[in-house]
Amino acid sequence: MTFFFPKNKILLILFLSLSLLFSSNSFAETTNSEPFIQALELLQSKSYQEKGRAIEQLTATKDERVQSILEAMLKARLFYTKENKVTVIGIKKEDGFSLTHILNQKDLGIVSKSNLKKIKVNNKLRGILRASIATLSLSSSDTKKRLNAVKQMYGKTNKATIDALKIHLETETNNKIRSEIETLLHINDLDSNDKETQLSAIKFLSNDLHPETKNKLVVLKDHSNKEIAAASQSALKNINEKLGFYDNVNTAFFGLSLGSVLVLAAIGLAITFGVMGVINMAHGELIMLGAYTTYVIQQLMPNYIGLSLVVAVPAAFIVSGSVGILIERLVIRHLYGRPLETLLATFGISLILQQAVRSVFSPLNRSVETPSWLSGSLEINPALSLTYNRLYIILFCLAVFTLLFLIIKKTSLGLSVQAVSQNRSMARAMGIRASRVDALTFGLGSGIAGIAGVALSQLTNVGPNLGQAYIIDSFMVVVFGGVGNLWGTLISGFTLGIANKFMEPWAGAVLAKIMVLVFIILFIQKRPRGLFPQKGRAAES
Amino acid sequence: MMRLLKGDRGGQIFLALLTIAAILIPFLNLATPESSPFHVSTFTVTLLGKYLAFALLALSVDLVWGYLGILSLGHGAFFALGGYAMGMYLMLQIGDRGVYGNPDLPDFMVFLNWKEIPWFWHGFDNFWFAMIMVVLVPGLLAFVFGALAFRSRVTGVYLSIITQALTYALLLAFFRNEMGFGGNNGLTDFKDILGFSLQSDNTRISLFIASAIALALGYLSCRAIVVSRLGRVAVAIRDAEDRVRFIGYRVDRVKLAIFTFSAVLAGVAGALYVPQVGIINPGEFSPLRSIELVVWVAIGGRTTLYGAVLGAFIVNYSKTYLTGVAPETWLFALGALFVFVTLYLPNGIVGLLKRKQA
Repeated sequence: MTFFFPKNKILLILFLSLSLLFSSNSFAETTNSEPFIQALELLQSKSYQEKGRAIEQLTATKDERVQSILEAMLKARLFYTKENKVTVIGIKKEDGFSLTHILNQKDLGIVSKSNLKKIKVNNKLRGILRASIATLSLSSSDTKKRLNAVKQMYGKTNKATIDALKIHLETETNNKIRSEIETLLHINDLDSNDKETQLSAIKFLSNDLHPETKNKLVVLKDHSNKEIAAASQSALKNINEKLGFYDNVNTAFFGLSLGSVLVLAAIGLAITFGVMGVINMAHGELIMLGAYTTYVIQQLMPNYIGLSLVVAVPAAFIVSGSVGILIERLVIRHLYGRPLETLLATFGISLILQQAVRSVFSPLNRSVETPSWLSGSLEINPALSLTYNRLYIILFCLAVFTLLFLIIKKTSLGLSVQAVSQNRSMARAMGIRASRVDALTFGLGSGIAGIAGVALSQLTNVGPNLGQAYIIDSFMVVVFGGVGNLWGTLISGFTLGIANKFMEPWAGAVLAKIMVLVFIILFIQKRPRGLFPQKGRAAES
Repeated sequence: MMRLLKGDRGGQIFLALLTIAAILIPFLNLATPESSPFHVSTFTVTLLGKYLAFALLALSVDLVWGYLGILSLGHGAFFALGGYAMGMYLMLQIGDRGVYGNPDLPDFMVFLNWKEIPWFWHGFDNFWFAMIMVVLVPGLLAFVFGALAFRSRVTGVYLSIITQALTYALLLAFFRNEMGFGGNNGLTDFKDILGFSLQSDNTRISLFIASAIALALGYLSCRAIVVSRLGRVAVAIRDAEDRVRFIGYRVDRVKLAIFTFSAVLAGVAGALYVPQVGIINPGEFSPLRSIELVVWVAIGGRTTLYGAVLGAFIVNYSKTYLTGVAPETWLFALGALFVFVTLYLPNGIVGLLKRKQA
């Protein structure tokens, strides 16, 4: 912190007054500047009402500097100097504020806070500011900017913005923007004093899902005029029905995305446990290895975050797959036919892998960055917007499933896997190298777990305990779906995900999970072999 | 008793050692000065008491896994439920000595702004009621769970996985504050038991002796089951379930009886464990804990009963030692032990010793 010494202060005043002199001189050249200057002075008023008027006047001047002024004001960066009442934009620096002159964009150096007075804003002014900025952006040539500007105006319209919208509507050609503007104008009409206008607005808005429409209709349903009240009530009923519907769609979408996570985590297990009958308790740790692979690859290519995720998918498959093959060759191979011992040995491996990761990467969580194409959301209507990361995870899950399904059903490896799992000795008699098929199958299941890890790294923290959190869920999904059945795993994952999300609103996240677990325990009693049990000879073992 | 131990040399040695320990260790603690090389500190006595509780738990696992072929990955749940029943009794003994000084409510309930004690806490201020619950709650859960599972013939891996789901569901439930069991922190800060301070040496030695007696009785009762007709049928079920069923035995009833008894033993072990370590929290429900105790049995050698006890002592002693000396290596060691034992010592340490003898 440095404070101004008197000598410096005098210098500053001199400098500021000079610059003011200079700027007003230069500004005199531009025409139509009087209302702009006046409005700028009005902005320094103490009354918020006056400031509001000033903003409207500024907006009306259509001067190209207005937008940056209003934006600065919104961010509380607009000041005026105490000595000369010069309006400036100030950005906080270590030793005061770096100032820019409003009128000529000149850099005025750094000035202490004590020489400045901030032009304060309250919430109402902020609303006016946003609407005014939006009105200004309406004249932008970029369609996207215009659309955003219109969307910004919901709930913040005033007479000035409505007039601006009406004028703009006449020249606007984009249909989407037109319909947004019309909706806005009709929402405004709801407040009109004319009964016919109000009624037609209600009729127009009876399918509109904006919260502002709903709020206004809630007020109108108690209107003294019976016709308006009745119309609002029926419109409201229609809107509420639609909102309820979209709410359910939204929950289903959340459920599908949770289900995709479950399917991704479980699908590798469906191969190792379902097809081979190996209970791999280290499955969660193979997922964790995939997530850490993503982290390492991002560290290797920090400038290509978007690309790193694409590279991470095959990398994670190779890392987890090779670790899986190693586990199979060294341990599991000796334990075939002894499922409970396999369970214990693989659990030991899971502990070793966890501790290894803890020793190499530290026990703390590592953060994996999300590329830009995964953030943001797809807005379908005002009541329903789907976030891209959830959308992509559903698609990714379906892609992985399809790929795996094709490998098992259409390739010669898949055929061997099926043959060995159905009748080992017969398959060997036909010339299939059973132990090699075992290793490859286990590697495939483990590699898929690694791919699941890449997806999970985008959703949760990447830490040594990542795998443990998913291992029980994965087993539940496979057992519920029916062991040895890929379709069963897919359907059971989605079912459990959706059921979980639909129970969450009234039961809470933890209780919903407990109920799902209890449900599975009871379900296993009724159908010990899951939703889609294996039929035929393989079912006997 | 002699009849039970006939032909069970390992059991004879184990019970002899246990008797000697139960007499000698309190004597060494009380009668020798602290400077003496023979002195056993109270800390060690409590540690050994904890191992005894674990040994009883391992015994209960061996009974169902070794003799019935049920690999329960949820026995930690029965242990924890017994522990919670004991913990609730101890909690109500604190009275107004808690942080908030409320004579009726335990601290965590005051913290949650509860006005009165929930209905399921009623009666736990009575020691004997609590002891009945120690037996009843795990027993009842095992009975209901077993009745459902065994009647619908859920076996093998499926059974293992739903026992794991059971303990996982309980873990999640006990983490919730609304459940009324202290949430995340569990029950702790105990002051005294039956009027005796838990901090005093005498109480700790008494708890040690109580654990030793419980373990001895637990061993003998398991032995009694194993040598009885019921035990023979159990072994037959383990080896060929369908055949036993076709001969005409009610497989589900045999399983249910032994499973429930085993859960009761686990509950008693939990009740002995809690006053000695001074805390019970939902962590005891974690699936990891339950799998760990299966490993005690596997390492000691299953289907021998005393092997389970041996395994519990060896693993827990190494855990205490290693987490003290090099905490990083503990999980490596435990993991390697899992793999090594399942690959090379299918009958555990006891199996190794027997092979050497032969």
